[in-house]
Amino acid sequence: MAEITYLEAIREALFEEMERDTAVFCLGEDIAKYGGAFKVTDGLAERFGESRVIDTPISEVGIVGAAAGAAHMGMRPVVEMQFIDFIANAYDMLTNYVATARFRAFLPCPMVVRGPSGGYVRGGPFHSQNPEAGFVHTPGLKVVYPATAADAKGLMKAAIRDDDCVLFFEHKYLYRRIKEAMPSGDHVVPIGKARVAREGRDVSIITYAATVWKALEAAEQVEKDDGLAVEVIDLRTLAPLDDDAIQATVRKTNRALVVHEDTRTGGIAGEITARITERSFAWLDAPVLRVTAHDVPLPYAPSLEDYVLPQVSDIVRGIRAVAAY
Amino acid sequence: MRLTRTLEERLVALYRQTKVVGGLFRSLGQEADAVGSAFALERRDILSPLIRNLGSMLVKGATPVEILKQYMARGDSPTRGRELNIHFGDLERGFIGQISPLGDMVPVMAGVTLSFKMRGEDRVGLVYVGDGATSTGAFHEGINFAAVQRCPLVVIVENNGYAYSTPTSRQSAAKVFVDKAVGYGVPGEQADGNDVLAVYDVTKRAVDRARSGGGVTLLELMTYRRKGHAEHDNQSYVPPGEIERWERENDPVTRYTARLRDEPGFSVSELEAIDERVRREVDDATDVAERSGVPEALSALEGVYADPPRADRLWFRDGAEGVVESHERAQGWGTFDDSASGPH
Repeated sequence: MAEITYLEAIREALFEEMERDTAVFCLGEDIAKYGGAFKVTDGLAERFGESRVIDTPISEVGIVGAAAGAAHMGMRPVVEMQFIDFIANAYDMLTNYVATARFRAFLPCPMVVRGPSGGYVRGGPFHSQNPEAGFVHTPGLKVVYPATAADAKGLMKAAIRDDDCVLFFEHKYLYRRIKEAMPSGDHVVPIGKARVAREGRDVSIITYAATVWKALEAAEQVEKDDGLAVEVIDLRTLAPLDDDAIQATVRKTNRALVVHEDTRTGGIAGEITARITERSFAWLDAPVLRVTAHDVPLPYAPSLEDYVLPQVSDIVRGIRAVAAY
Repeated sequence: MRLTRTLEERLVALYRQTKVVGGLFRSLGQEADAVGSAFALERRDILSPLIRNLGSMLVKGATPVEILKQYMARGDSPTRGRELNIHFGDLERGFIGQISPLGDMVPVMAGVTLSFKMRGEDRVGLVYVGDGATSTGAFHEGINFAAVQRCPLVVIVENNGYAYSTPTSRQSAAKVFVDKAVGYGVPGEQADGNDVLAVYDVTKRAVDRARSGGGVTLLELMTYRRKGHAEHDNQSYVPPGEIERWERENDPVTRYTARLRDEPGFSVSELEAIDERVRREVDDATDVAERSGVPEALSALEGVYADPPRADRLWFRDGAEGVVESHERAQGWGTFDDSASGPH
């Protein structure tokens, strides 16, 4: 089977779901005729028409609010944020309206909000963000952030079929850099299930999105140089977190390093660390350490961005620190 | 206008040599609306440029070398490599740095001009938005706030036909943006954005109104974006012939120079001297910008707060104090403490 990129995998999921269910429709800025800023929705408008692939004004509050209304009525909207950084504009609508709708008013919001996220691409402070933590903190929202092309496809299909609002973060660094053959058939990856990306017995790395690949690279390096067998857990879903997978790997290796591209303070690594100490403290042979971005807005110049974001060499250092404790 | 165009042409050359980090945003065909409106301000006034207002910034004293260093992400660029392209400001010279989310600068400029009013300062503000930004909540809330407070603010909608790929007809059902002025209870005026003198006149009227306590004015300047959203955009969504027609029939620089030729005392040599001076200035600026270095990595940690002045360097970086080595262990803890005397 032909290999496709992470970006094409997302597009394939949108195609298949729109074919399967006429309630599914897409809306966002420049997504129809232009096919989206990154061309994720390229070809959708030709296939399904501009009534199901809707170019909107630049109005994130309006787009997300309208999606919620349509979702209440049984539609399954898929919203594109041109860059996920602009989801901040819709923060009120997502956290105050959408996230509470089922709880306070018994109104379902089966909708997906997706968009290109993350750095390592010289995008500067407004085209590189990882704003997942604030939404993971909000009860009522689900958050997924795939690292592989197959997961991007399978999780998108699951997100569209989910009966609640799913925020679907797509890592733009991975869009065209990774390629995989897709599993055949109706490939759906369940929300809330982590994946063992690499087996190991000495140290566990718990991570997600682009840093999964950096963790794998670091794991290879320490295996070669230090003889350490590192296990890498790709969380895939951030809300709900797969607590069982986290505890299982910690109880297996007794040493954990949490890695993410988001900034450190208030990042998800803190939550993961807390869960480990709550449930698996007695299994730990070392403190849980974090390798994350520095606590600064992400700068644009390559020398600055490289410094602020976690690199493979940082993860190597982290593994060695946890292993040597 | 000539400087804007020549500088952008130089940036295209640098972009093709991959010396520009990231995207390049052109204002080709829109130079008149940027330059003509900025000239209607006094030195002490403040404007908030958008991505196609390089010309406004140059009028306000931004220099070609600053622009070039910004685009090349140099360490001594105005933002020291932290922000992109023309996203920078200098309140001393009277322009404020924009951010990428559209419309956000309207409420910010409402506040800037509110401060003028509160302190009794004889200053006005000018904020540019595109046709696309008028669809944002921030635009609506900002102009409404400024209107209610009678802030000395001029809001210019540059209607250039497209927001990225989205034509104006898909942005707003209003036939003309200036109609929105009625809803906000402010005067509105529309002008030909490619006629630099008409732009100056209409902006000057609005600025004078603001200065004399008349509050907000909404202006709509009709222009056309001849290049894509950014340099990578192939404009496949534009109807054939449209760009060429604007270039042929409605180029702001051509129109202005044609008009100058009809003025008494016009000399071609004067015009050529301006072109030559601009070329030299951009050449010199390019040399200076190319000689400047990249930002020092550790500077990324500086200036997030006034206090502390520098963010913590994380433990896994060389030179930082290791978090593991510095762990304190309680007396008698675990099996590691050799000096522990008590039972484990």
